[in-house]
Amino acid sequence: MTRYIGNTTDDRQQMLNEIGYKDIDSLFRAVPDSVRLKEKLKIPEALSEMELIKKIKSLSDKNFNSDEYVCFMGAGAYDHYIPSAIDQLIMRQEFYTAYTPYQPEISQGTLQAIFEYQTMISELTGLPVANASMYDGATALAEASAMSCEATRRKEVLVASSVHPESRRTLNTYAKFRNITVKEISYENGQISLEELNTKINDNTAAVIIQNPNFFGIIEDVEKIAEITHKNKSLLVLSADPISLSILKSPGEMGADIAVGEGQPLGNSLNFGGPYLGFMAVTEKLMRKMPGRIVGQTTDKEGRRGFVLTLQTREQHIRREKATSNICSNQALNALQATMYLTFMGKEGLKKVAKLCLNKSHYAYSELIKTNKFKPLFTAPFFKEFAVISDKPVSDLNEKLLKSNIIGGYNIEIDYPELKNAYLLAVTEKRTKEEIDALVRKAGE
Amino acid sequence: MQLIFEKSKKGRKAYSLPECDVPDVSLDVIDKKYLRAEAPELPEVSELDAVRHFTQISQRNHGVDSGFYPLGSCTMKYNPKVNELAARFDGFTKIHPYQQEKTVQGALKLMYDLGRMLSEITAMEEFTLQPAAGAHGELTGLMIMKAYHHNRNNEKRTKIIVPDSAHGTNPASAAVAGFDVVEIKSNDKGLVDLEELKAAVGEDTAGFMLTNPNTLGLFDENILEISKIVHDAGGLMYYDGANANAILGISRPGDMGFDVVHLNLHKTFSTPHGGGGPGSGPVGVKKHLAEFLPVPVISKKEEEYYMDYERPNSIGKVKSFYGNFGVLVRAYAYILSMGPDGLKEVAENAVLNANYIANKLKDKYFLPIDTECMHECVFSADWQKEKNGVSALDIAKRLLDFGFHPPTIYFPLIVHEALMVEPTETESKETLDEFISVMRQIAEEAENTPEMVKTAPHTTLISRLDEATAARKPILRYTKLT
Repeated sequence: MTRYIGNTTDDRQQMLNEIGYKDIDSLFRAVPDSVRLKEKLKIPEALSEMELIKKIKSLSDKNFNSDEYVCFMGAGAYDHYIPSAIDQLIMRQEFYTAYTPYQPEISQGTLQAIFEYQTMISELTGLPVANASMYDGATALAEASAMSCEATRRKEVLVASSVHPESRRTLNTYAKFRNITVKEISYENGQISLEELNTKINDNTAAVIIQNPNFFGIIEDVEKIAEITHKNKSLLVLSADPISLSILKSPGEMGADIAVGEGQPLGNSLNFGGPYLGFMAVTEKLMRKMPGRIVGQTTDKEGRRGFVLTLQTREQHIRREKATSNICSNQALNALQATMYLTFMGKEGLKKVAKLCLNKSHYAYSELIKTNKFKPLFTAPFFKEFAVISDKPVSDLNEKLLKSNIIGGYNIEIDYPELKNAYLLAVTEKRTKEEIDALVRKAGE
Repeated sequence: MQLIFEKSKKGRKAYSLPECDVPDVSLDVIDKKYLRAEAPELPEVSELDAVRHFTQISQRNHGVDSGFYPLGSCTMKYNPKVNELAARFDGFTKIHPYQQEKTVQGALKLMYDLGRMLSEITAMEEFTLQPAAGAHGELTGLMIMKAYHHNRNNEKRTKIIVPDSAHGTNPASAAVAGFDVVEIKSNDKGLVDLEELKAAVGEDTAGFMLTNPNTLGLFDENILEISKIVHDAGGLMYYDGANANAILGISRPGDMGFDVVHLNLHKTFSTPHGGGGPGSGPVGVKKHLAEFLPVPVISKKEEEYYMDYERPNSIGKVKSFYGNFGVLVRAYAYILSMGPDGLKEVAENAVLNANYIANKLKDKYFLPIDTECMHECVFSADWQKEKNGVSALDIAKRLLDFGFHPPTIYFPLIVHEALMVEPTETESKETLDEFISVMRQIAEEAENTPEMVKTAPHTTLISRLDEATAARKPILRYTKLT
């Protein structure tokens, strides 16, 4: 038996004897011979732990990691600092080996953590009701659009083309199968075109979907967009960078009905794109339409405070095909990581992170422009990420930077062919002046 | 237990950040109308406060490492520690999803190889690793089925058939994928009723979703006939892999006639459930469906791995980037640790353990379908309920007093007062014997001292919670008392 099997060979025989079976095979009587696998699976033979570590380490070593290469890539996944205590706490087995807290009496740890998470997301977004997390920012946005259609009984959404391309692609997939029409609103100086929004919005519009700061890193005039949206009795869905919310006005304050976003920047590693978490918060009015798990506070028989999964009549295990969504598992451990991050950073620390990002990205921007090899792409204000036009193709530029141990920025042209040689760079609090200067030196050559 | 917000005190801090080494542009670069007047009320605590808080709340949880966790349908097997180590190598955690392909060859190879191994285990042609969870895999698989029918100009195939024993996610996913759901009754053996199925299929059938073994823990012996009925009607067969633990190395969905499969890496392939995620729900398809898989598909050209976006008939993307990569690393490590013989042992022992429990308890608890089960067995608390008013919920709560996580209760829906026990292969005979003895004791108590069971739990940190009030007057966040 392998080390992950509880029974010994003797145990097996004894158990079989006790329940009156001759051998293991007789337990599989129901599996017809015609569908029995006659030979061994063609996968590699088992490795010992030592061999396994060596093999997997060798795969890991083939990748260029952000400790050895300085990362200026953002575009939806960010190299922020993660306090060292977090990984040690997240390794507590009580958190990671448990499942969905179906039995609240022995799951108060997970439940309380989710309640704290919901409170933090509510504080960041300025909206009263947050769920326990979604798969990622893109699926949260897609679910928000479906929820908007449900709430308004309309079948069309308008999405700004300045929303992350991955999110738009995910939205398009979800929408296509739910018969939701998606129309895009183009940008003007990097911000959503208000003129086009005004023309395209109509009685069929369930939601206007924007991102802030948007894919180009630019801050949108959300209040104006909210005004246009609400005049039309549509809902405003805003996808936000959670780090920015320590200094930027909250989605709720600016009139968003649903705030979503990618929660990765909150204490989650880059992990080649996942697992991350999507966050979602809504107005009181939309509470019972929201997908996903929600934790509520209550009391036990002795009057002690405790937490439970609540409003479950929205969910698939009760409502089956009439549920608000099919979501079941979410990203609980990643949400816990975000909760820890927001606790360690706290009210002042998160602001400090945001200001460091703001300062460093603006420094990098102005230094790059000074080289004369880059021109501003847009002039609207940005937060931690900005777009410039390079004098050479972005792939050549990144190739060159890689030789100096720098992972350069994102090639915007891939998603926006009209923006030739456009280059998106993210500068987090982790980047030092020295690293930025090295980037500028190399890129400016 | 205080909330972290209640421990907050202005001026305390747990963060450590460097001084700014570039010119301070201050917030002036952003128009004032965009700035927030009040910072979000996040806690202000010391590092020790934070560490102690999360340590203390963790102690209010039961995990697989704490004790037996026979939660049916969830496959709460042991989560190997070495997999955690593997997933934390810098070359995995510190790589950006948009890095150039040549800088992430190790990650791409891992994904490619994992996809190949999953294809072999399930007898499928090709896999996508993008879906983030089982339900997400279902949705993806159903979208692929719809795309297939549309591609063949069969837009009238709008119906997905599910048995009444199906997981709740099956009908929910079908609805989200834009299908109508037709539910058919199971026969008295708990299996698919072939006559019902024959009556349900037709020109509007897009497909049939089946968990095999099903949620009663039963392998459907008519599986080839079921596949034939569905295929003859022009429908596709969808395999819900939630219960795949029972068949590893024994039988393969592809050989049973299924066209689409999703697996739950957090169940069958030992990745941790994380308190409710992250999971991972890869989807495998037969050749005729491969062109519809989400993009990108991880492919290989000579010795180079790359992301293939050139798939014009793809359903598109179902999430950002490429999947829950960190979870994939753990599943990959698990399969390599087990090998072909190990995986077969998994199924054998999972099935033995479930049958052992079924046989050792069936004189005390009603076993509605008394035949060999696969990886889980489903009891009913009907005897206790009818005679002494003790419900499945009461029995579950009483188990807490003995340090066991209870089985899944009230599911599947077709069994009254259901108690669904999935021991998994990682548990030993000793643990099972202990559980059996406690279950027998509870049955005695239900008979002789029913109040003891009805008022349980008695030893947990908190007692039963008022869920009705929680739903009627929802308090969903902390608000500071002023």
